[in-house]
Amino acid sequence: MKRFFWPLAIFIPLVGFLAVGLKLNPREVPSPLVGKTAPAFELPLLHQPDKRFAPADMRGKVWLLNVWASWCESCRDEHPLLVDLSKKGLLPILGLNYKDRGADAQRWLKQFGDPYQFSVVDADGRIGIDYGVYGVPETYLIDAAGVIRFKQIGPVTATLLQEKILPLAMSLKK
Amino acid sequence: MRTTLLVILVFCSLPGNAASPPEGASAAEMRIRQIEEKLRCLVCQNQSLADSSASLAGDLRRQVREQVDAGRSDAEILEFMVQRYGDFVLYEPPFKPTTLLLWIGPFALLAAAALMLVATLRRRRRAAEDPALDREGKRVVERVLGPLVPPHKHDEGA
Repeated sequence: MKRFFWPLAIFIPLVGFLAVGLKLNPREVPSPLVGKTAPAFELPLLHQPDKRFAPADMRGKVWLLNVWASWCESCRDEHPLLVDLSKKGLLPILGLNYKDRGADAQRWLKQFGDPYQFSVVDADGRIGIDYGVYGVPETYLIDAAGVIRFKQIGPVTATLLQEKILPLAMSLKK
Repeated sequence: MRTTLLVILVFCSLPGNAASPPEGASAAEMRIRQIEEKLRCLVCQNQSLADSSASLAGDLRRQVREQVDAGRSDAEILEFMVQRYGDFVLYEPPFKPTTLLLWIGPFALLAAAALMLVATLRRRRRAAEDPALDREGKRVVERVLGPLVPPHKHDEGA
């Protein structure tokens, strides 16, 4: 019995590590931006290209920045949730239309509903890089001081919204 | 069998030119390529920026190129990427407390295995030098064969 001790003592933790490793999602890359000030930009609005928006304009408010595109399949999955959230008016949602064509983007919003106060246009994806975007849709919760408090890579789900994003947003509002 | 081996050897000895810039490329071009190979494409995570055809990789390559043209150092460019995408974007993770296990772990395991090997070999050699039965072994033998008789008594009896 004794001679099995050491092999087992090594093998069992190893299996444990591998089991945990299998369950981790390699797509969930921890963002270094959480806890940092949202990168500054100045971009034209989708519906009013002559107007420009900068994140500093939202100082004093807790808001969501949602990166979306009309070519993005999973944006469609989360979209009803955002439309729903905007109807409740709990917090402002702004869109960052990422590497899209203006006409396509506007048609998409007409078809599926527009939950955004407005969307800004990042046509060549440069601002996306500043925000570490690599899997659209991505959603950022930004606090009154302009600091990113939470980042979701991939579609927002109802559970995530109810259990994480909204409680955090409400606590930040106080 | 021999042909297979030969084929493998031939392929192994080919210079890995698939991933290097064409001959005659400028020094800046080589530098861009080197930087791109240190960076991971986040969309297809097991490809470097240099090898990936994802659209984001194209954008990031453009960034690298622009920053090289703007005269920024390699370290500055890598830092630019890490600030946005985290250490994960680097193929070679930095050495810091959270990655200590990653860097030291394999060597620690190797050392532990070596120690165990030495210990086992020593025990075996000792066992080979001294074949005398221990008390437990003697009891087992006696149960099967009857009481063991010391060698000289055995001689007297014969």
